Amino acid sequence: MSTLIAAVLVFATLFMIGGIIKKAIQFSKTPAPLKIPVTPAPKSTGGVVVRMAKEVILFSALFRASKWTWLFGWLFHVSLALAFVRHLRYIIDPEGMFGFLMPVISLWIVQLAGQYAAFGMLIGLGGLLARRFLVARVRYISAPSDYLMLVLIMAIAFSGFLMSFVSGFSVDIVQVKLFMLGILSFNLQDLPEDTVLIAHLVLVAILGLVLPISKLLHIPGVFFAPTRNQVDNPREKRHIADWAKPLDETRENYPELVASREPKAEEA
Amino acid sequence: MADYEVPEVKEYAVVPMPKDDVTSHLRPFVAKPEFQEAMGYAGKKVHDDPKEMPEYVLVDGWKEKALDKMGDLLGRYRSLQVFMDSCVKCGACTDKCHYFLGTGDAKNMPVARQDLLRSVYRRYFTFAGKYFPKLVGAKDLTEEVVDDWYSYFHQCSECRRCAVFCPYGIDTAEVTMAAREILAHIGRGQKYANEIIGKVFTIGNNLGLPEKALKNVLEGLEEDVEYDIEVEVKFPLDEKGKDILLVTPSADFFAEPHIDGLIGYAKVFHQTNTSWTLSSIASEAGNFGLFIGSYENMQRISMRVREAALQLGVKRIVYGECGHAWRVGYSFLNTLAGPFDFLDQNYPIPQHICEFTLDKLEKGELTIDKSRNDDKTVTFHDSCNVARGSGMGTEPGGQFTIPRAVIKAVCNNYVDMEKDTIHDATFCCGGGGGLLTDDLMEIRVKGILPRATALINAKEESGVTHMAAICAICKSQFTKVLPYYGFTMDQIVSVHQLVSDAIVLEGQVDPED
Repeated sequence: MSTLIAAVLVFATLFMIGGIIKKAIQFSKTPAPLKIPVTPAPKSTGGVVVRMAKEVILFSALFRASKWTWLFGWLFHVSLALAFVRHLRYIIDPEGMFGFLMPVISLWIVQLAGQYAAFGMLIGLGGLLARRFLVARVRYISAPSDYLMLVLIMAIAFSGFLMSFVSGFSVDIVQVKLFMLGILSFNLQDLPEDTVLIAHLVLVAILGLVLPISKLLHIPGVFFAPTRNQVDNPREKRHIADWAKPLDETRENYPELVASREPKAEEA
Repeated sequence: MADYEVPEVKEYAVVPMPKDDVTSHLRPFVAKPEFQEAMGYAGKKVHDDPKEMPEYVLVDGWKEKALDKMGDLLGRYRSLQVFMDSCVKCGACTDKCHYFLGTGDAKNMPVARQDLLRSVYRRYFTFAGKYFPKLVGAKDLTEEVVDDWYSYFHQCSECRRCAVFCPYGIDTAEVTMAAREILAHIGRGQKYANEIIGKVFTIGNNLGLPEKALKNVLEGLEEDVEYDIEVEVKFPLDEKGKDILLVTPSADFFAEPHIDGLIGYAKVFHQTNTSWTLSSIASEAGNFGLFIGSYENMQRISMRVREAALQLGVKRIVYGECGHAWRVGYSFLNTLAGPFDFLDQNYPIPQHICEFTLDKLEKGELTIDKSRNDDKTVTFHDSCNVARGSGMGTEPGGQFTIPRAVIKAVCNNYVDMEKDTIHDATFCCGGGGGLLTDDLMEIRVKGILPRATALINAKEESGVTHMAAICAICKSQFTKVLPYYGFTMDQIVSVHQLVSDAIVLEGQVDPED
């Protein structure tokens, strides 16, 4: 069982990271032939960094658009980040190269925040799910996968919540850490055979597999939108894509332009 | 006025319940195959019988051609690739589109409009869509889908309001442009936009005004102005060696209230002793290549401006009041037709007429009598392409402050409309993006609803009498469609019309009232 779970986790992790990198490469290699920032936009790279940070960290456009969606969406994402940080302790070897992070991750406040993040995730996701059912406009645009992804992440958060907060489901986390470090050091250790734990890990693996083939690609996507990440300086700086260069070579030769250069016949 | 069902105006914009197929029947006329082919697109007609109504159908092998084109565009436009993948269906955009607010048609919600293309993208270009189409909402490309594309991608004015609110910056305009480009390649080009582009190439401007007619119009204008105020204000055409080439939408040459704006520019140039000229080659600022998402056509039209500047030997280029032209001018001209190293680098290239006029106002080079506009309480409509696709001046947001500063310098009574309907949250006039055609009147009458609501509120709360704009399409749309909402045509004014009314030229003799 431990071997199987380990294999699934390894495969899902590699698939997820590989898939995101592949997408990010595709996004970055695809040319953006024209300057299309949604204006007003920053006039400098520093300004763009601030604009992007506001979007990625605070979801500022969403805040303008819809306060409820922002509230639930932001709560979920912040909780997810806190839970992620809490979980780092399972994969960081205190003696290893990331060991220096351990004192921070082990701080009681970091661990406590990550633990209670389960509630934040469940409330946030529950709100988003309710909105999908209750708001006719959002219901109209929802495909089955849109509901299922919310349910999947809720199930992950709920299984985590059970292990953390309900005594009957608690898990030998020292052994879990040995299992995880075992995978990373190619020295497989046993995973505690708790149903909830195994469910938790399998669901996470499924999420990893779904991520690069779904709308969860908004993770790399948010960084690549030319509407947000371009500097507003088109009058000062010429911006030309490789595929447009051949057009530049011949642009003087359009027949109407050539004709306009002919001396005009005297009008009768 | 033709009869259309005008949406009921409520005190506040009310978000409708989404309904199916309210406006699926609204679609523009299809471009003739001859026009299509001249532009590098495709077209097919069913018969050649002159006694029958012509009928244009999808070209042979349309499905493969559409998917090939989609793949081509995905590889050439990062925006399209990223926007196809990033949407999480959060719904933030669903109540932001003026066409949705005006029609209640579900497919006019920006995300639903994008999904018309995205569902096909998913089906043919993604793993999940190939193997689990139902689960992820992927759809086969069928003729019904193409019909939906043709309807709903012509019920988008590419105004980018949705993009302001999207957490991922997804801009439906980019999706609409790609869809129109695909449609044009399979025989569904839009008559209005494509035939206008044809006119630019063959005659020189969107309205098909030949050089000789243009010269007559300008001479007539000189006579009119001299008759009115007894000052000889010039409207030069194709004069070499002048400082400034003015590129302005051809509507400025004879549509109302556009022409009053043109008179305003000429008076500003006159009083500041600025040497300037219009050009018959670049007698059009507008660039419908933008609307159909065609880099090639947009560049070909833009090149006319470069050509005119070179042939006339000017030092600067100034753009008149035109929204989408200013987006192309500000954001793309340098890329498409630059570098402009032969022009005077001390001025922005190109410069907007509002930037030019404000500078002269601030330097005190204009004699202004604001009281001449005291009969008006003015508000300003931020045109979508100016507001969200361009800039003015050196600071972000100059496109909002500079035109307002010009208006306030020539009018005593100015008020803004409601906050969520101005600046970058402005609502489109309802006629932009290639929709300013009679075959789309019904969607234009409905799409104006949010702007009309805000204007009515400004009228009732602050006594607004006039709305100024700096876009030829906005002005045409408003003068034609706002009468459905109880306004008169003369309540729509050009910004430089207000300047023209307040400016006092040396030796000016005002007509007796």
